[in-house]
Amino acid sequence: MENGKSLKFYKKPIRVLLAKPAIDGHDRGIYILARAFRDAGMEVIYPGLLPTPESIVNTAIDEDVDVIAISLLNGAHMAVFHKLMTLLKKRKVKGIAVVGGGIIPDEDKAKLEKIGVSGNYGPGTPLSVIIEHIKKRAEEARSEK
Amino acid sequence: MISSNFWQKRIDKLSESLGAKNPTYDKWKREVLDNWVKHSKSTKSLPVNESKVVYSAEDSAISQGDLPGEYPFTRGIYPNMYRGRLWTMRMFAGYGTPEDTNRRLKYLLKHGETGLSIAFDEPTLYGIDCNDERAVGEVGRCGVNVTTLKDMEVLFDGIPLDSVSTSMTINAPAIILFAMYIAVAKKQKVPVSALAGTVQADILKEYIAQKEWLYPPEAHLRMIRDMVVFSTKKMPRWNYISVSGYHIREAGATAAQELAFTLADGFHYIDLGMEAGLKVDEFAPRMSFFFDSSINMFEEIAKFRAARRIWANVLKEKYKARDPHSLKLRFHTQTSGYTLTWQQPLNNIIRTTTEALSAVLGGTQSLHTNSYDEALALPTEEAAKIALRTQQIIAYETGAAEVADPLGGSYYLENLTSRIELEAYEYFDKIEKLGGMLNAVKEGYPQKEIANSAYERQQRLEGGEDVMVGVNAYREENEKPINILRIDRKPEFVQKKRLGTVMSRRNQKKVNHALNRLRSAMNNERTNLVPYIMDAVVAYATLGEIANVGKEIYGEWKEPKIL
Repeated sequence: MENGKSLKFYKKPIRVLLAKPAIDGHDRGIYILARAFRDAGMEVIYPGLLPTPESIVNTAIDEDVDVIAISLLNGAHMAVFHKLMTLLKKRKVKGIAVVGGGIIPDEDKAKLEKIGVSGNYGPGTPLSVIIEHIKKRAEEARSEK
Repeated sequence: MISSNFWQKRIDKLSESLGAKNPTYDKWKREVLDNWVKHSKSTKSLPVNESKVVYSAEDSAISQGDLPGEYPFTRGIYPNMYRGRLWTMRMFAGYGTPEDTNRRLKYLLKHGETGLSIAFDEPTLYGIDCNDERAVGEVGRCGVNVTTLKDMEVLFDGIPLDSVSTSMTINAPAIILFAMYIAVAKKQKVPVSALAGTVQADILKEYIAQKEWLYPPEAHLRMIRDMVVFSTKKMPRWNYISVSGYHIREAGATAAQELAFTLADGFHYIDLGMEAGLKVDEFAPRMSFFFDSSINMFEEIAKFRAARRIWANVLKEKYKARDPHSLKLRFHTQTSGYTLTWQQPLNNIIRTTTEALSAVLGGTQSLHTNSYDEALALPTEEAAKIALRTQQIIAYETGAAEVADPLGGSYYLENLTSRIELEAYEYFDKIEKLGGMLNAVKEGYPQKEIANSAYERQQRLEGGEDVMVGVNAYREENEKPINILRIDRKPEFVQKKRLGTVMSRRNQKKVNHALNRLRSAMNNERTNLVPYIMDAVVAYATLGEIANVGKEIYGEWKEPKIL
């Protein structure tokens, strides 16, 4: 911890909701992430396959998570993230960051950043990079609460 | 279930032959190798999984008499292998609307493809109609969308079904797509007995790896049973199942795990057919397999050889099959998607080439080669053509297809074949102790084994012990993007519109009647569902409507805890 502020923020473990909100069962990546996040000291909530954006928002609020981490491999990312971000806005949710990853073409990354979805890492990204990013976003999210 | 003695005997025999002393090697190691290593400076370390630096005669339990085309078929299922018949070049294709895919299929046939292989989109794979709320953004995205028989008619328009063989990668709703295919054939006036092809229909590996199911396992197994019985009686050229290791491997399994879980699934389907009253020699010959060919060449070739040897042995000794066709493990191969990188994508052509070569050296019956751009998107036409050309170059230029099992007798390969075989037998024993494959799957046993292997592999990549060129070594900054296939949302709108037209024109009474009859048939465990589903698809009931009848009766399934 570089300073006292982050110490305070890290007191409670970071809570991450990890989800694959598409009709897609290819879950190799998400299980690897779940284990890596857990090994990094985070609390991971994984709701299983085929959650909808609605159920993700509900779970995120009920479970009081810091970060919603979404993995999408099958090209549905633009539609899904738009829906998710709209729902969060509608419900006036504060203090929950949204990060993405999976198969996301470069030109879509910029568009996603604009609506507040950061990260958007592709295959081959070291787990440490993803974990650091989640920590950073969690810290930002907690300061908004 | 059989006595665990069956597996233990094989484990003991293999362990004994693999554990045999090798004085020649030991002496050489002492006098030459150790001395060499001590006095040489090694410059760069290569990732190494093998314990020995070289294999010699004593390491390999080579059965001198083994030849292709005869039991136990380690060296290939046909005596003259590719001289008699080259493998089928079967490129997996599907995207967008049925019109889009129909064009792509015709393009591939024009360029020398010899068998069709259809990829369906995620809504179709999950039995969800294109106008369903959950399908938003996914229609035609990862494959072609099929919601009603009308789509299937368009998909095969101008392709006479008695002149091609078609493999359909469909599992949970396989019985519905199977019925649609037969219905299209009937419209083309092609008799059902003339149809050649495969539905994947391997639901066990869905629970294990790809996670696409609609109902609890028993419900799907009943539908598979019905397809097995139907096609065994009426479709002599039809492979009613493609028992798949591909997805298991891609989900993270090792080569030996892929082999073990796939064959264990295969044994379960043999049990299923026999429980339905079929004799093993009536239906085992039409069972087919589907394996991954990954990047470690020798391991893959050994895996294919071990697969044939185990299958022949178990079918003969455990199931008492007598027809040689029952003992022959026929398989399709796909090169590994997991090994492809989106960094420096042209390198993927080389990866796919070596993987395809392993499949050919391992004696595959058909092959799909991935395109270099598939870590990024579905392939462009050009990329798919290069992948097909890769197979043609291996077939016609390299000489790899001239001789059956050209690596048979290699000390290393023979040893590796036996080691992989042993590992598979150890898994069969373990699975039996868990109460059989269905139980093991319901408890999440193979799922956990695979998740562990996937995590270990990831750790090795992170630690640099395993190398992926362009990913954790030889990286390049600021790579230029390549041209990829973009799929917009147009297919979704086209499909919804077509569905609207179909629904407004169909006879709703007929649809309701067919669905009601299907409902009662489902309630009767012994009834074969195929004719009832045929009636429903012919009345233009949608995929979702038919799938939902099953949901009412069987309910849903939530996977066991894996982590």
